[in-house]
Amino acid sequence: MIPYIPNTEEDQKEMLKEIGAKSIEDLFDSIPQNLRLKTDLNLPSLLSEMELVNELKGLSGKNSNLDEYVSFLGAGSYDHFVPALVDHLSGRSEFYTSYTPYQAEASQGMLQATYEYQSLICELFQMDVCNASLYEGATALVEAAVLAHNVNHRKKVLVAKTLHPEYRQVLTTYIEKTLGLSIIEIDYENGVTDLTKLEEKISKDTSCVIVQNPNFFGCLEKVNEIEKITHQVGSLYIVSVDPISLGLLIPPGEYNADIAVAEGQALGGKLNFGGPYLGIFTSKKEFLRKIPGRIAGETTDKKGRRGFVLTVQTREQHIRREKATSNICTNQALNALRAAIYLSTLGEEGLAKLAHLCLQKSHYAAKRIYQIPGFEPTFRSPFFKEFAVRCPISPHKINKLLWDNKILGGFELGRFFPKLENSLLFSVTEKRTKEEIDKLTLLLEDMA
Amino acid sequence: MREPLIFEKSRGGRRGCSLPECDVDKENLEKLIPRKYLRQGTLGLPQVSEPDVVRHFTRLSQQNMGVDTNFYPLGSCTMKYNPKINEDIANLPGFARIHPYQPEVSVQGTLQLLYDMEKLLCEISGMDRVSLQPAAGAHGELTSLMMIKAYYEDKKEERDTVLIPDSAHGTNPASSHLCGFRTVEVKSNKDGEIDLDDLKNKMSERVAVLMLTIPNTLGLFERNILEVSRIIHDRGGFLYLDGANLNALLGIVKPSDLGIDIMHFNLHKTFSTPHGGGGPGSGPVGVKGKLAAYLPVPTVEKDKKGYYLDYDRARSIGKVRSFYGNVEVIIKAYCYLRSLGKEGLKKISHNAVLNANYLMKRLKKYFYLPYDRYCMHEFVLSAEDQKMKDVRTLDIAKRLLDFGFHPPTIYFPLIVKEALMIEPTETESKETLDEFVSSMIQIKKEIEEDPSVVKEAPHNLSIGRLDEVKAAKELKLRWEEKKSGD
Repeated sequence: MIPYIPNTEEDQKEMLKEIGAKSIEDLFDSIPQNLRLKTDLNLPSLLSEMELVNELKGLSGKNSNLDEYVSFLGAGSYDHFVPALVDHLSGRSEFYTSYTPYQAEASQGMLQATYEYQSLICELFQMDVCNASLYEGATALVEAAVLAHNVNHRKKVLVAKTLHPEYRQVLTTYIEKTLGLSIIEIDYENGVTDLTKLEEKISKDTSCVIVQNPNFFGCLEKVNEIEKITHQVGSLYIVSVDPISLGLLIPPGEYNADIAVAEGQALGGKLNFGGPYLGIFTSKKEFLRKIPGRIAGETTDKKGRRGFVLTVQTREQHIRREKATSNICTNQALNALRAAIYLSTLGEEGLAKLAHLCLQKSHYAAKRIYQIPGFEPTFRSPFFKEFAVRCPISPHKINKLLWDNKILGGFELGRFFPKLENSLLFSVTEKRTKEEIDKLTLLLEDMA
Repeated sequence: MREPLIFEKSRGGRRGCSLPECDVDKENLEKLIPRKYLRQGTLGLPQVSEPDVVRHFTRLSQQNMGVDTNFYPLGSCTMKYNPKINEDIANLPGFARIHPYQPEVSVQGTLQLLYDMEKLLCEISGMDRVSLQPAAGAHGELTSLMMIKAYYEDKKEERDTVLIPDSAHGTNPASSHLCGFRTVEVKSNKDGEIDLDDLKNKMSERVAVLMLTIPNTLGLFERNILEVSRIIHDRGGFLYLDGANLNALLGIVKPSDLGIDIMHFNLHKTFSTPHGGGGPGSGPVGVKGKLAAYLPVPTVEKDKKGYYLDYDRARSIGKVRSFYGNVEVIIKAYCYLRSLGKEGLKKISHNAVLNANYLMKRLKKYFYLPYDRYCMHEFVLSAEDQKMKDVRTLDIAKRLLDFGFHPPTIYFPLIVKEALMIEPTETESKETLDEFVSSMIQIKKEIEEDPSVVKEAPHNLSIGRLDEVKAAKELKLRWEEKKSGD
C-alpha cells in the first residue's frame, strides 16, 4: 500500500463497475499492446518514510554545509541572514501547494502577496513596474535583452565584462546562438567598465547596454556616466543589481535605467546549491505591454471590495501563443513570496541597517587583508560587499588551507578571468562576525 | 474580512526583525562610497512589527486554496498531494545550505543525487541522457529547441519550421518562436487525435520537429503514434514529447518506444513537487543518443574520484541558466521517486487513470463529453449545452468554489468550446470524487432552475467575482503612497 494513493481494492472494484470496465488494464486499451511494457521498470524498490529519511540523510551528510563552514564565498549566491518567519510563513501549505492563481477568487492570498512583492520591489528599485518573477538572475537578463530588441529591433548587445561570467554565457546561448544578435563585450579598467571602450563600441546599432551593479568584482559601476553614453544613441539601459545593496546604494530608477533585473536569492532565499532562485524583473512603464511573465493587478468585486487578479495577460503564451512576449509559464512564485515576506520583515530600517553591516564588515575585512604583506587589492574602485584580493600564493592553495580550518574561502577568479589567476573574490555579508573575519586574516597571515 | 496591504499596516518606528550591532570599527560612510553612488531617499519599505508580518501572511494564506485544503482537479497541472517528508528532506542543511561554487569534493551527496536522478528519469522515459537544468517546462521546451536547432546547423540542414497540434499548450508555439522557428499548426481529427493527412501535408524537409503532448490535452492517447513517428522520421525530423502529461504513462509505456527523440519532464506535476503558487518548477530534458552532445553544460558525470560537473562538451548549446538547475525541486522529486520505487510508479498511473475515468463516467451523464472513450489521466467536458441558459464555463468554475472545490482548467484546450479540463490525480479518494460529482449535479440543477446563482458566484468566499476587465483597464500594478491632496 502506498500512503499517497487512497484507493483500496474495494474502491477500485466499485469504480471499475461504474465505468463498466473489467480491469484497470482495460482503461489503457488505446495504447497499442506492443508498446506497453511487459516488465517492471528497472528501478529500485519502494522505500518507507523511515528508510527514505535514512538514505537521504546519508546523502546530505556527504555534503559539507554552511552551518559547519564559515563562508566568504559569494559570486552570485549569498549567505545572508534569513529570519525564521520567512520559512514559517512561506511554509504555509495553503501557499505552497497552490497552483498559478488563474482562479483569482480562490487565490487571493497568493495574488495579494504577489502584488505586494511587485510593490516592494518597485519601491526598492525605484522602477515603475515589476512582474511576478522569472526563473533566476541570468534568464531575467536574457528577457531584458529580448525586450530591448523587440522595442528597437537593433542587432547589437553591449555587455560589460564585469557582468557575472555565467550570465554572459547564458546571454551568449540565447541572444547570440539562438536569436542571432551579436554580443560585444566591454572591457574593464580598475574593476569597472571602461567608459572609453564603451564609447568606442556603442553605435546606433546598439540595442542595449547591459551592466551589473555592484558588478561581479563587487565594484560600483559609473552608472550615471554609462546612462548618458547609452541614451545618447537611443539604446536601452539594462542593469542587473544586488537587491541588498539598494539598502544604501542609488537605485536603478534614479539613474534612469530602462530595465532593471536582479538575482533575488539574497532576499530570504536559501543557497540550495544554486536553485531555485528568483529572477526579478522591473522596467519603465512604457514597456509594460512588452514585459515577460505574469503580473498581478488590483481590481474590485461586485460589492466594490478590493481584490487582485492576474492582468495584462494578452502578452502571455496561454493567450498569445507564438506572438507572446516570452514563453515563460511556471515562474518562481514561492521565491517571490519569500522575498515579499523578507522585505516586509526587514522593512525600511532593517534593510538599510543590513546593507550597512555588509558594507562595514566587508571593508573591515578588506582593510585587514590588504595589510598582510603580499596581499593587495586587485582593483581600487569603491565596492559594496565583495572585493578582489591579489594573493602571493595560489588562490586554490589558500582555499584548501582555509577549508581545513572550516572556512569556505573566496571565489577563484582565474576560473573565468585567466588574467586574474592570482585573485580571490571575497564576499562578506552581515552574518560574518569580527571574530570570523579576524580568524580569516590570521590564517592568511600565516600563509603569507 | 479583507486583509489590508502590508504597506497600509506600516507605522513609523516599528520593526519586524532584530539585527546585531556592528562589531567592527566603523568607517565614515562617504569615505567608503562616494556620495553620488549612495541612495538619498527612503527605501519605501513598510515598518511593521514581527507579529504584524506573521498575522498578515498567515491571513493571506487563509485566502488561498491549495492541494492541502481543497480538491484541485486542474487539468494538465497534475495537482497531486505533495508529500511532507520531501519538504523536510530538501530542507536538511546538507542540501539547503550548500553554495553552488563549493569545492566538488564537498558536495558529493548532491552530485550523486543529481546523477542518480538522471538515471531514474532515463529508465522511466527510455531516453539516453537527461539534463536537469531547465527551471520549468517551458524552459525545457526552449532548451530542447535550441539543441535541435544546433543539431541541424551542424548537419547543415535548413529546417526552420516546428509543427504543433492545435490542442497543444501555449508554451509550445511561444518557445518555438523565441527560438527563431516558424510554427505551423496541425489539425486534430474528429477523434481528438492528430490528423494524419494534415500532418503528411505539412511535413517537409523544412520541418525540424513535431512537438507532441501524449496523452494529448484532451486526455487521449495518440493511437497512431507509430504512424506519426514514421511520417516525421522518414523526412528527417525529430519527435518531441511535451511531458507535462506524463502521469498516465509511468511504467506503462516508455516514450522512447513511441519514437520520441527528445522530451521534457515537469517534476512539479508528475513527480509531486509543490507548485508553489506558480513556481518554482523543474523541467528536465531527456534525449536520445544523437542529441546528447548538444545538452546544456554542465552535465553531472562520475569517474574513479567521484562525481563532477562536466563543462568540457564541445557541441553543447552552452549554459541555459546560472548554476545547475532548481536543485531543491529535483531533490523533492527524487525523494518521491524513491518512495514509490518500481512497484509504486505503475500504481500512480493506474489510479490516476482509474480516477479520471470514474469521474468522467459519472459526469458525462450531466455534461457534454465531446470525445467519448476511455481517457487517460484527464478528460475534457464542454459546457456548451449550458450556454442556452446563458451560463458559461467560467460561471460553473466560480460556483464550484462555493462548494469548496478548486475548479478544473477552463477554456483549454482551445479546440473544445466552453472546455472544462478535469484531472483528479491518483491521490484523491472515491469519496472526494463523489462529492465533486454531487456538486456538479447540483450546479447543473441550479443552471436549469436559477442560473443567476451560478452566474453571480462565488458567494461564500471572502471576495466575490472579481472584475478582470477593470483590472486590465485601470492598471494598478503596485501600491503607491497617496500624495497629500489625493
